Amino acid sequence: MVTSSRDAPRPAPTRAPVIVASPPLLQVRGLVKRYGSHVVAVDRVDIEAYAGEVLGIVGESGSGKSTVLRLLNLEERPDAGEYFFNVPELTGRNLFALDRMAQRRVRTFDIGIVYQNPHLGLRMRNTSSGNIAERLIVAGERAYRTLRLAAREALAASEFPLDRMDDPPVRLSGGMQQRVQLAKAIALKPKLLLLDEPTTGLDVSVQALVLDTLKRLQRETGVTTIIVSHDLGVIRMLADRVMVMRYGRVVEQGLTDQVLEDPQDAYTQQLVHAKL
Amino acid sequence: MSTIAELASPNRGYSYAFLDEFAKRELRRRILKAIAIPGYQVPYASRELPIARGWGTGGLQVTLALVGPDDVVKVIDQGADDSVNAANLRRFIARMAGADTTTDASRATLIQSRHRIPEERLQEHQTLVLQVPDPEPLRSVEHNISKARLMHAEADYGLLWLSLYEQLVLYRRVTLGASYPCLVHHRYVMSPSPIPRWDVPKLHRSAHLTLLSAGREKRLYAVPPYTDVRPLEFADVPFRVEDQRGWTCHRTGLRNKFMNELPQTGGGAIYEISDTGFVEKVLRRVSDREATGSTPAQVAPAQVAVGATYYDDEGRFYIDGYLK
Repeated sequence: MVTSSRDAPRPAPTRAPVIVASPPLLQVRGLVKRYGSHVVAVDRVDIEAYAGEVLGIVGESGSGKSTVLRLLNLEERPDAGEYFFNVPELTGRNLFALDRMAQRRVRTFDIGIVYQNPHLGLRMRNTSSGNIAERLIVAGERAYRTLRLAAREALAASEFPLDRMDDPPVRLSGGMQQRVQLAKAIALKPKLLLLDEPTTGLDVSVQALVLDTLKRLQRETGVTTIIVSHDLGVIRMLADRVMVMRYGRVVEQGLTDQVLEDPQDAYTQQLVHAKL
Repeated sequence: MSTIAELASPNRGYSYAFLDEFAKRELRRRILKAIAIPGYQVPYASRELPIARGWGTGGLQVTLALVGPDDVVKVIDQGADDSVNAANLRRFIARMAGADTTTDASRATLIQSRHRIPEERLQEHQTLVLQVPDPEPLRSVEHNISKARLMHAEADYGLLWLSLYEQLVLYRRVTLGASYPCLVHHRYVMSPSPIPRWDVPKLHRSAHLTLLSAGREKRLYAVPPYTDVRPLEFADVPFRVEDQRGWTCHRTGLRNKFMNELPQTGGGAIYEISDTGFVEKVLRRVSDREATGSTPAQVAPAQVAVGATYYDDEGRFYIDGYLK
């Protein structure tokens, strides 16, 4: 019996291996943020992040890395700069120029964030599962059972012990609080995950566990991630690319291994060697 | 040389309906604005009155701004017409405006009420004024009132849903009794004043105009006639009114009206319908029927007709499908 060539399963077309197949998911140009007249927290920073990539931002305290993250999360308005997000409904629109409601939509549906301080990201006196449910409620979900299931699923994904899902975060340990934040951030499957020193303040063993979870989640979901840390170990473990910041400027950037093994900038050299 | 007494306007005692003309005009304008934006809290300058804040000054100001000599006024306090507060307010309004008073909900044109909506369905020519202690439905979830205003502006009511979610998680049911938040005209969430859940559906597509006014908080808002009012509920956990099935009023023998529970010595309880004006009418109808020995059809309707109620004798709400 001869099968016609039309019915035969065709082999998948082999594409030429390209390192970057699509335009960057996130593009920021000329970002400037000043506080008062003489504090320049962020000075002409450009950022590009590709889909599925993990971008690390390192720098000492006061280098402007957390401010960058707050700006990316649309919590503050920059003094200058453009911010483009390559998703169908937002292409070609500067996110900084959107109105409050549109920005809130972007923050709800497209961005998840984990803060160093869980008080910033969580309602400490509400239940943990409620913290996650709130995001879905804001997104328009109105069925109790769906909320409950989604909260359970997100908490399970971030390896939170489910028998404590209805405890308020004030009664949880630091590591658990970070897991609740992480579950909240990924509950709506965002395009961009922002991590602001997610493991600082945790003891080393818990830090390793949370980092494991982060790494696994990132690999499974392929979410574009920007992680800010002063801890080079964290960056080395998670980031594909790294940006080094000082005094609000980017002093060096490149592939993580390259930058950390062979730092070119004097400050980066100092930073790498200062690691205990 | 003129004296101060000569320069001052002649003393005419009080203005009509106690409030001065400026106050009444301001209130009427605020009321119009409130009607134009259903559920939106309009700030107003709450005037001093001869009763203390918290005793119905908000409701009283609205009533005084609206009342005319042809009006028939009824004042309700937790369902009763005869409590001290209701009696005093009624007497005050009647004295200041020359209006007629009644305890019959269907005869009144202007009803000021605290915590209850009458059992009989109100009609298009009637206005219900509710006294509100706390107009802000977001107060329990956001104590900063400026932030709460912003949340109203953005229709950001996620926190209210979150509080319902948590009640279900912690207690397996919604524990809100009075002041159940509801969405008016698909836009603003309002607190319907501390009426029981039983009364909340009565606001939905009602024929009458409802005005809610908080004197201490200086805010008033409105539910215009035939406006959608939906209590917040989950798709799979519907809103429920108080479960009083099996309770029988000891005065009228009726069921499925909102009841007061009267504890008895020995541990038991008897129940009576909370709306005393309604009870009065039902009892009068019964006594008339006994006196004349006639069938209900022969009784003169003008005197004892008990109007259609929001909930029928089986407890079904008059709008099909509204309560699931």
